[in-house]
Amino acid sequence: MAITSVKNLKEFSTTNERFEGAHLLCPGCAHSMIVRELMNCSDDNLVISTNTGCLEVSTAVYPYTSWDTSWIHIGFENAATAAAGAEAMYKARKRKGTLKNPDAPVKFVAFGGDGSTYDIGFQWLSGAVERGHNFTYICLDNENYANTGGQRSSSTPIGASTTTAPAGRVSYGEKRNKKDMMAIMAANGASYVAQVAPNKWKNMAQAFQKALSIDGPCYINALSACTTEWKFDPKDTINISDLATDSLVFPLYEIIDGTELNITYRPKNVLPVKDYLAAQGRFKHLFKPENAHILEEWQKRVDEKWEYLQRREEARV
Amino acid sequence: MSNVLSNEKRGMHELGAEKKVGWDEVTHGVVLHSFEDDATDVAMRKAEDRKYSEFSSYTATVASWRVIKPVYNRDICIDCQNCWVWCPDSSIISRDKQILGIDYDHCKGCGVCVEVCPTNPKSLLMFGEAMSSEDAIAQWPVKEKKEK
Ligand SMILES: Cc1ncc(C[n+]2csc(CCOP(=O)(O)OP(=O)(O)O)c2C)c(N)n1
Ligand code: SF4
Ligand code: SF4
Ligand code: SF4
Ligand SMILES: [Mg+2]
Repeated sequence: MAITSVKNLKEFSTTNERFEGAHLLCPGCAHSMIVRELMNCSDDNLVISTNTGCLEVSTAVYPYTSWDTSWIHIGFENAATAAAGAEAMYKARKRKGTLKNPDAPVKFVAFGGDGSTYDIGFQWLSGAVERGHNFTYICLDNENYANTGGQRSSSTPIGASTTTAPAGRVSYGEKRNKKDMMAIMAANGASYVAQVAPNKWKNMAQAFQKALSIDGPCYINALSACTTEWKFDPKDTINISDLATDSLVFPLYEIIDGTELNITYRPKNVLPVKDYLAAQGRFKHLFKPENAHILEEWQKRVDEKWEYLQRREEARV
Repeated sequence: MSNVLSNEKRGMHELGAEKKVGWDEVTHGVVLHSFEDDATDVAMRKAEDRKYSEFSSYTATVASWRVIKPVYNRDICIDCQNCWVWCPDSSIISRDKQILGIDYDHCKGCGVCVEVCPTNPKSLLMFGEAMSSEDAIAQWPVKEKKEK
């Protein structure tokens, strides 16, 4: 398997770009940072499926494609299904000796948004992981249905204002806590699950390379800061991601074979959660006096989660 | 490396300006080939050594999205590659570990590259779209006795 060096950024920058510009994602969109890095950290032939969402509609605007690899567009719930199907066919044809190029290294990858991953494609993802297909599923987690105008998903965190759970006189926005897809996928039998964020490019590239090298189903949850729906200036995508990882709102960790949990990034200075929230318009209302309890609730939950992750890491269970 | 910065295939088409096709005119199960040749070794080739087909968005441009643009100042740059790794539009051109410049056919002017540039003063700054790079460089902020 050909692997691009991600030892340091200078080495990595000698890779050959495989995700082309003039896609139509918003300026500053993190989706493309993640996708581009995935494609750039491997030299293998990639077979990529992408279901409906911002990434799909913006990278395949007829008659253009931004993908320098085999790429399949499929309906909203079926990124995992398409990758699993292609992988199963590839294995079968290899067995029968009908592949034109049987020795070429091929990797199967699926991209879905959080709407499709946490909600609408959940059953199909679960099935593909359970069947043990050799593929990597990457959720571009921007915590809302961005492509249809910012509806809440089960990944939307508490207190966020969305079009279907708006903040206002009687509501502080989203009432429920973000669903824990990492725990679910680990319990579902994924060989490897990892939470990554583009600001920690090396951590992310290492997780991608690990997932691609493992023979089995892998799940990666990638923080994808969304300038349009989170309401921040496009230039700040990496700054917002830094706030997310350094306040531990979005902790970076991996779980191998369902049990071995490793924290892969420990911030030197842990920032207060309110610094992360204050930088985004979707949480603006939380800073009104009547919503002070939600800010407290946020910090408490983040602290508890971090404590839990550290104990799981120690216990090796 | 002759045509790296201005590859003549790049940015030929204004997106949406031509070849408009209604959704009901698209053939079901249509396949678009990104390259004119057998592309199995594409991961081994740089843009300038590839035969992009007219279906690749590489041949299209989104330059009209910009109102401000980043300008690159080679004199201050330390080639850290931060701008390269975080550009969401594959628009920082880097070869042999060196930044060569900006791909203005695909840059949308988001400003991320300026934010992540660590030098002092920055080696990338945003200017009005109409300003020439020479004028921008001429009014670059002075160095605060740091870097070479
Ligand atoms: C079965 C089905 N339901 C609804 C839609 C409409 N739809 C298209 S994209 C989208 C939102 C996608 O959200 P997400 O998966 O989070 O991706 P994002 O756009 O946020 O990247 C929706 C609801 C659809 N295409 N198919
Ligand atoms: S709406 Fe958000 S996720 Fe969609 S393209 Fe814009 S920034 Fe990216
Ligand atoms: S302004 Fe944005 S799109 Fe343009 S080069 Fe900088 S990071 Fe890339
Ligand atoms: S981020 Fe700045 S210093 Fe680093 S390579 Fe880019 S322009 Fe040069
Ligand atoms: Mg989403």
